[in-house]
Amino acid sequence: MSLLDVVDLRVTFSTPRGPVHAVDGVSFCVASGEVLGIVGESGSGKSVTLRAIPKLLHANAAVTGTVRWRGADLHTMPAEDLRRVRGGQIATVFQEPMSALNPVLPIGLQIDEVLTAHTTLDTAARRRRAVELLGLVGIASPTTRLDQFPHEFSGGMRQRAMIAIALAAAPALLLADEPTTALDVTIQDQILKLLLRLVADLGMSLVLVTHDLGVIAETCDRVAVMYAGRLCETGSVHNVFLRPQHAYTHALLRSMPGEGAARAMLVPIPGQPPRIDRPTAGCAFAPRCSFVEDLCTTTRPPLIDVAPQHRSACYAAARLPVRAA
Amino acid sequence: MKRPPTPLLGGLAILGLMVAFAVAPDVFSPYDPLAFDFSALLAPPSWAHPFGTDQFGRDLLSRSISAAAIDLQIAVFATFFPGTLGALLGLLIGWYGGLADAVIGRLMDLVATFPFLVLVIAIVAILGPGLANMYVAITIVGWVPYARLMRSEAMVQKNGEYVAACKVLGYSTPRILFRHILPNAIRPVLVYAVTAMALAILLGSSLGYLGLGAQPPTAEWGVLIADGKNFFTTAPWIALFPGTVIVIAGLGFSLTGDGLADLLEVKR
Amino acid sequence: MSRGAWLLARLAQIVPTFLLIGIAVFVLARLLPGNAVMAMLGERGTDEMVARLTASLGLDKSIFAQFVAFLEGVASGRLGDSLAFRIPVTRLIAERLPVTMLLTGLAVAFALAAAVPLAFVAALNANRWPDLLIRAIFQVGLSSPIFYVGLVLLTVFAAWLRLFPVGGYGDTMWEHIYHLFLPAITLGLSFAAIVMRNLRAAILGVINAEYVDFARAKGLRGSVILLRHVLRNALIATVTLVGLEIGSLLGGAVITETVFAVPGVGRLMVDSIFARDYPVIQALTLALAVFVSLAFLLTDLVQMWLDPRVGR
Repeated sequence: MSLLDVVDLRVTFSTPRGPVHAVDGVSFCVASGEVLGIVGESGSGKSVTLRAIPKLLHANAAVTGTVRWRGADLHTMPAEDLRRVRGGQIATVFQEPMSALNPVLPIGLQIDEVLTAHTTLDTAARRRRAVELLGLVGIASPTTRLDQFPHEFSGGMRQRAMIAIALAAAPALLLADEPTTALDVTIQDQILKLLLRLVADLGMSLVLVTHDLGVIAETCDRVAVMYAGRLCETGSVHNVFLRPQHAYTHALLRSMPGEGAARAMLVPIPGQPPRIDRPTAGCAFAPRCSFVEDLCTTTRPPLIDVAPQHRSACYAAARLPVRAA
Repeated sequence: MKRPPTPLLGGLAILGLMVAFAVAPDVFSPYDPLAFDFSALLAPPSWAHPFGTDQFGRDLLSRSISAAAIDLQIAVFATFFPGTLGALLGLLIGWYGGLADAVIGRLMDLVATFPFLVLVIAIVAILGPGLANMYVAITIVGWVPYARLMRSEAMVQKNGEYVAACKVLGYSTPRILFRHILPNAIRPVLVYAVTAMALAILLGSSLGYLGLGAQPPTAEWGVLIADGKNFFTTAPWIALFPGTVIVIAGLGFSLTGDGLADLLEVKR
Repeated sequence: MSRGAWLLARLAQIVPTFLLIGIAVFVLARLLPGNAVMAMLGERGTDEMVARLTASLGLDKSIFAQFVAFLEGVASGRLGDSLAFRIPVTRLIAERLPVTMLLTGLAVAFALAAAVPLAFVAALNANRWPDLLIRAIFQVGLSSPIFYVGLVLLTVFAAWLRLFPVGGYGDTMWEHIYHLFLPAITLGLSFAAIVMRNLRAAILGVINAEYVDFARAKGLRGSVILLRHVLRNALIATVTLVGLEIGSLLGGAVITETVFAVPGVGRLMVDSIFARDYPVIQALTLALAVFVSLAFLLTDLVQMWLDPRVGR
């Protein structure tokens, strides 16, 4: 049985200019110990999807669908049960550590409060655990660091601290929302490797949201590709990268530099990113697609099995050229 | 520009009524506000005297209406004088900066260290009670917030492209300051001034109540309440109705000020 | 600059501030139109009395000598005798100042006790009826003159319901608090309105902050999120406001003490004006300005404690 089961998730933001369908019927699951990557351009709804899982969106977001965690629906369970799951079983790492860490509280306290909320440890034991956690994420002289404030940390250190906070209560699933985007390129790789090592060592599952296909290729078991709030394609990283079954995935891979692609031409995706405030009848990618046919513009393609463990929502799936490996 | 919000319209309606009272008190007053009526001393509110009468039988509704002129005058003068002084100083130090800015800045800090009302009272004590001296005192103490607002606005405008253009065109400094920077920088100051009028009404009536502002027999709302305070347990209406009128007038100014700030999107 | 150096610099600022306050009060006292001594003595003054008072006030010396004497007096706590009470003004103020401080302290306590929870209720229900109701009530409070609020409370709770005394101060601490209950509510009302309005806006400013979302993602209890993450950050702006409003609170105390016959420095100030007791007015103006500048200092220290980024 899968750990996390998201079925037909829809998120609609009410804005002064009318409703915006940020997430439009997304379904996926995460198995125990699995690393799932969600990839898409900005505005594709990937971050909103991630935040909707532990019900973190604000009142201006209307959320429907079910999010089952170990069989229980997170969105209908009592608030106190949800609170225990948040941070205790499902932890979240945000994109921008400078704004996600409270600027006026010492790092130690920001770790300590997670332990207070989810464990029965006493003050001394919580302090020991906090020191241990900072060590675990590779922060030197953790005892002194505990009493320092976020502005005394470097960007990479802050992200390490946020990961330590997320890991504090030994959660079973980590949700990471572009955890490296705000960092220097040289630091990005370190943080990513740290995250993967911890996930493997601690036996956690990970949902990693990113706009970077390279990161997905390096780190994930499975990938879900999102476009305009919809799920285009999902399958193992190996299958999706080798034999993309959605025209958008195909175009995305062609726009990505990477190993083996040095000889192939990089091809940018033509046209503008979609406007999710005006939902289209057919496939959202159709206006930019090189494989578009009449059906694409009138009828929304359903997400169907194209191969075992490989689903895609594309009428042109069979017509896509095989990528040169 | 947004649609005028309901509170703003409410505030303007109150102010309109107050101005009407001030301009034409006779139209609204049922009696002569100064006429004694020894047949109706300390009469409670009735159809004949909706606000009741005071210890001399004077009709309190008429007295409250006739006081509107003085209190509106206080609201306007106690804002206009310090506002003009502060705005001018703020404009000059914002434009010139340097030593003048440093000195005036220090002076502003110093004035802000004194409790507003205490300093006003101390100055009125020196000059002697009365409306004119009250205005002098309020001007000496009250110019600071206007100067601060104007200074920061002028400093922003000073670096605007149109100012550079004016300099290239060879306009004189006074012309740039008063024809170009002032009109662009004055909006937050005006919005603040409307809100400050609510405070001025409260301040003026407080000083009147203490006996330091308008002097009896001038009908001023604070003075009316001071007149009635000794009868408060037996004839509470003497103080109650003029007091309510102050609250309503204050609301008129503060609703208008807040509404204008929202409407003109002035940050405060 | 380190935090320690920042703290020292801030503490050192108080010296020039005090000096400037001294100069301002000195100049103010010399602004008295005509002869100060004549003003003090009024119509009754004989030539001999005028000469004696002029000498005793040191007004026959040069302006600079007068200023030095004034500073010496301030530094050694000798600010002359009250003309009305015939005791040193420092003793008079020392007797009356604690009353005003207790009144102001109680007013702040009442105001915060009302304003903080109501600011939360208003902010968490922004633009729904609880918010609109709370804001409407405080808007009326903000437009109500202190003396009027005081008279209404006095009439209703003291004269009619007889729940509180109509004035005075009592002898024990509990009596003091009992006597100052209505005055403190009177004085605290508009302050509560200002704090409520400011804190409501500050809470709305931080309630959607990323660190509040992160705190929710951490599974913290609602009370921890609201107090430690929302209120703590919102208070940083509000503390500055509280400090800036200390001056208006003292001004309000002048009126409140007059209405409720509280024997504090505010009432003393008003009485002294009508008694032409200029040494008392001068000393009180000085003392209250010093009090306010110390309150500003305290505000900055609290700010530094609340916000670790200050001074770094």
